[in-house]
Amino acid sequence: MHACSIRDLKKEYVLKSETVRALRGVSFDVPEGDYVAIMGPSGSGKSTLLNLLGCLDQPSGGELLLGKDNVATMTDDQLAEIRSRRIGFVFQSYNLIQQLTVVENIQVPLYYQGKLGAKERKRCVDLAARVGLQDRLSHRPTQLSGGQQQRVAIARSLVNDPYFILADEATGNLDSKTTAEILSLFNELNAEGRTIIMVTHEDEVAERAKRIIRLRDGLLQSDRLNSPESRQAAAERALALIPDPQDDEEQTPTPIPVEA
Amino acid sequence: MLWLRTLSLGVKSLLLHPLRSLLTVLGIFIGVASVIWLLAISEGISNEAQRQIESLGADTIMIRSVEPPSDKLNAQGVTPYGLKRSEYDMLVKTIPTLKTAVPIREIKRKFTHKNRTVEGRLVGCTPEYAELTRLFIDRGHFISDAENFRRDSVCVLSAEVAASLFPYEDPIGKRVDLPDHKDYYRVIGVLKPRNDSAAIGGSMAAQSFKSDLYIPIQTLQLRIGDTVVRRAGASFSGEMIELNQITLAVKSIHDVKATAALVEDALRSHDSMEDISVAVPLELLEQARTTRLMFMVFMGLVAAISLLVGGIGIMNIMLATVTERTREIGIRRALGAKQKDIVAQFLVEAAVLSVVGGITGILAGVFCKPAIVMTREFVSQTYPETMAALPDVVRNVTPAIVPESIPIAFGISLVVGVVFGLFPAIRAAQMNPIEALRHE
Repeated sequence: MHACSIRDLKKEYVLKSETVRALRGVSFDVPEGDYVAIMGPSGSGKSTLLNLLGCLDQPSGGELLLGKDNVATMTDDQLAEIRSRRIGFVFQSYNLIQQLTVVENIQVPLYYQGKLGAKERKRCVDLAARVGLQDRLSHRPTQLSGGQQQRVAIARSLVNDPYFILADEATGNLDSKTTAEILSLFNELNAEGRTIIMVTHEDEVAERAKRIIRLRDGLLQSDRLNSPESRQAAAERALALIPDPQDDEEQTPTPIPVEA
Repeated sequence: MLWLRTLSLGVKSLLLHPLRSLLTVLGIFIGVASVIWLLAISEGISNEAQRQIESLGADTIMIRSVEPPSDKLNAQGVTPYGLKRSEYDMLVKTIPTLKTAVPIREIKRKFTHKNRTVEGRLVGCTPEYAELTRLFIDRGHFISDAENFRRDSVCVLSAEVAASLFPYEDPIGKRVDLPDHKDYYRVIGVLKPRNDSAAIGGSMAAQSFKSDLYIPIQTLQLRIGDTVVRRAGASFSGEMIELNQITLAVKSIHDVKATAALVEDALRSHDSMEDISVAVPLELLEQARTTRLMFMVFMGLVAAISLLVGGIGIMNIMLATVTERTREIGIRRALGAKQKDIVAQFLVEAAVLSVVGGITGILAGVFCKPAIVMTREFVSQTYPETMAALPDVVRNVTPAIVPESIPIAFGISLVVGVVFGLFPAIRAAQMNPIEALRHE
């Protein structure tokens, strides 16, 4: 079973009567449980690919299967439905909603499915605990550090049991210590069976994935597996940056009270 | 449930900018309150006008002598003008639809009792006058047919005249002197106080009954006559009028217009002198109703404009909000919000703003009456001169809240919120989620 399957995917934009061919026919499969890093220089089409995988945009040609859903031919409402049910976004700038608490932020995708019961709320609280925020349930995003916000975003991406977590430069705004923490969280999630697709331009981050896909000029340049040894080495380098859990507690920034 | 969540989310988002939301609400608040206030005040004014006209009697026709234009008067001496007693007899005999007819003669005079003096209006009339003019007797009795027939020297006092001339004693049986005529009358009755009647067009000023003294018209004719001379310094002026007014009451209210036409026809001979005018309170009443309607439409329009301004305020704020929250819209779209979810979210915010404005506006509207009464009290105590200088309409207006204006104002405010919120909401929903996510 593939989490997603791409065949000859094309995307063209028209900008002022000039056609930009952002993707010129890309094909690959992501099996369930995979951990893929998508890399490429700017203009390579990785953002376009991410938008298509995230059902935020429709391809100009080719096939895009998420699970059994053929996304290429869906309407705007159907795409929104897929996004709320089967895709977990993690963004570079966290993208939490400022007026909602941690739990409410995690709940947003369920909200758009019309699920607001106590069971769903419990699931959101559990997920907050899973990412280590059990003490921050009713905090607002402004009261959290960047790393904590990204944890909320990860919990939110898990809430709808997605085909895959789609991470867009998820560690781009974080310092190296927090990056290491978030990446180990991704590793744990992947070990639990979650499929992760991550767009990044940092080799160190990509090294932690099982597989690296490189794009160039809208075409697939390379698709290779990371050797377990290199993953292990990258993980150890990262782990060295994480201090003792006790120290970590102390360094957690105290929440800044919001002025009324 | 879902709606409740959308609602609470909307309220939360609005509370992120409390001052901004408050000011927007204020726009609608003023609009709704002004709808209710303006309608209540115009209703109050027209109620008062209508009451004054109704107190003249809807079934009556009034024919009044008016001073003719100066070029129609004789250069020398006194020109007789106005209604004649013969015309009164003619009307009574020839018009079949009449119920009653009252001839009236009015003269400005001084009344005295001992050393107390009142400037007033000496009114000669028949017994029916009391009923037609809605005068009610307090003590004693009104002029009777017999007293009129016998030309008795009796009089009936208005409540105010009685109070000024006889502050400490019972006026019944006492005498009131008319120093201008070296004459006196015995008091047979005192009336209850009565409000002023309405002005009729340009021909009849609002009538006050406060300084009246009534005597039988036959007595007046005998003792004073038709010619009255007034002395002003070294010069004299006189008037020679048989009757100042004839008030007719018609049997059925449906006959009022036809009878009025008949009366005007019968009195054609006065056309050349232009010395009478015919007033029909029923027509005035109908006119007043039309005026009221126009007034209310106009006031409503003014208020609607202020609501429109409030609506534009909502639209303005919602557009700013949508731009400001582009990022949030992008996030929500990425997390599965459909276009209609985004429309609903922003529409709810606009509706909350306008409904809150509407409800508070209605509350303020309901307090219209006490607010105006209190303001009037305050002004008349602090600046009595200013208050006295104001026209009666302003001094006496009692706002009457038009019940329909409350649901109408609320409905309009809701519609304004939805209509003016719709465009920003649709604009929010139609944003490209990718661009919205990238928005800083």
